[in-house]
Amino acid sequence: MLTKDLFRKPKNELETSAKERKSNKVNIPDELFINCPSCRKTQLKADINESCGICPSCGHYYKIGARARLEMIADKKSFTEHDAKLTAVNIISFPEYDEKIEKARKESRECEAVITGVCKIGGYPCAVFVMEPRFIMGSMGSIVGEKITRVFEYATKKHLPVIGYTVSGGARMQEGIISLLQMAKVSGAVKNHSDAGNLYLTVLTNPTTGGVTASFAMLGDIIIAEPNALIGFAGPRVIEQTIRQKLPANFQRAEYLLKTGFIDDIVGRREQKAYLARVLKIHSGGRS
Amino acid sequence: MSAYDKVLAARAKGRPTASDYINNIFSDFTEMHGDRRFGDDPAVIAGIAILEQTPVTVIGLEKGHDTKEKISRNFGSAHPEGYRKALRQMKLAEKFARPVICFVDTSGAYCGVDAESRGQGQAIAENLYEMMTLKTPIISIFIGEGGSGGALALAVADQVWILENAVYSVISPEGCASILWKDAKRVKEASECLKMTAGDLKSLGAIERIIPENENFAAVYKSISKLLVKTLHDFNTYSEKKLEEMLKKRYRKFRKIGEI
Ligand SMILES: [Zn+2]
Repeated sequence: MLTKDLFRKPKNELETSAKERKSNKVNIPDELFINCPSCRKTQLKADINESCGICPSCGHYYKIGARARLEMIADKKSFTEHDAKLTAVNIISFPEYDEKIEKARKESRECEAVITGVCKIGGYPCAVFVMEPRFIMGSMGSIVGEKITRVFEYATKKHLPVIGYTVSGGARMQEGIISLLQMAKVSGAVKNHSDAGNLYLTVLTNPTTGGVTASFAMLGDIIIAEPNALIGFAGPRVIEQTIRQKLPANFQRAEYLLKTGFIDDIVGRREQKAYLARVLKIHSGGRS
Repeated sequence: MSAYDKVLAARAKGRPTASDYINNIFSDFTEMHGDRRFGDDPAVIAGIAILEQTPVTVIGLEKGHDTKEKISRNFGSAHPEGYRKALRQMKLAEKFARPVICFVDTSGAYCGVDAESRGQGQAIAENLYEMMTLKTPIISIFIGEGGSGGALALAVADQVWILENAVYSVISPEGCASILWKDAKRVKEASECLKMTAGDLKSLGAIERIIPENENFAAVYKSISKLLVKTLHDFNTYSEKKLEEMLKKRYRKFRKIGEI
């Protein structure tokens, strides 16, 4: 595993998350320079964009948007988006939620916290969903659940594999029980897709937590994760409050999940496209 | 009663817990322990029993009664092995064509180091996934607190019922207030906003039936027992075709939540 020598381990989860929060403020679209939250070196944003969002000095993985991810994995001009116009709705009239949606739309330049569609990877056709961290922390509301469910239903009908990238703070509390029930809804669509003999692969990225971990993130036939990605049901702060103890440094990180048997492998950003193409190739002679 | 009053009622000391329902509604309850993977989680009670003349599988999230029992049951907050024990019993229910009846009462799945390292998220996800196509009727009854994914993991059911003063929510009102407004004191407001009471849940299509409460819980047990008998009779899943219809309906029921 290249991860251990390339990436400095954070001292503890709280320190990292605080730093990452700060760095998000710097990380507005038109900023020219950016301070790496891990090694603190000032870097040209263009350089980081060139290197798949990986810090050239220390190898830190920046959070990257859904479109940038798609560009990294999909063959050129192969992506066709589904349901692009579906946008979050204030389904239970939760206070200040409309404003939050508006702000998220501006910051992310997306209509919701997930992009779905079909594309080719290394020439192999597949359905994809990619979550967007800048849209209310990639949280899952009714539209996120609806879009992912639809892409699974489409893939089931067309006998396509599904590749899904997750990044999420969990179910979106502003949609109350409706967001919680999206966990069941999407899981059901995943089950039908699976029962029809189709492949589902998830790529867990930093952070994948809450209701997304406890539903479709953990349901892949193959589950891989990015180096050092935080993956868990409860967030580290909630756990520390519950048990009133500091957590071990590597706790809930991808390397820990690999060791405890919950993911198949850790795959770096630069290697992901080749990995996905290889897995799709191996499954391309399937039952259908 | 305000939404927050209902939250308090759902958590009230002395409110019957899952084992009270199990003991009062079924006969011949025979408890089964363990997930055959790691251990036995006392926060989940599971076993087989008879409802009138029908063999059933019964599963409950159990908070416990006195302090000692509460501690031993981890206040009804399950670890992954609890959800896996439940799923194991559900699979046996499918094998022997027994309906599954779940009693939900939990502030949430446990948030601890052991729970995480044994795959809390994976365990809940697997229950949602498997329950959606489990080939036997599932009825879930919310009797107190229905806390988030840890409650949903026993509630992907053909019918979801809720006691009049029980609640079911994506997050606790305390958690919601402190995350959104950085002010845990705004818990009353959060309780209203989250639409977590029986009436709200019914109008949002999250549950099928509200069960009226009564000072005298014996009457409540009796009404649940009657409803269960009638509902299971109506399911009539003895033919393969009926079973397929039931599963389609189960999927459609969740599929339409938030459908555009
Ligand atoms: Zn760096």
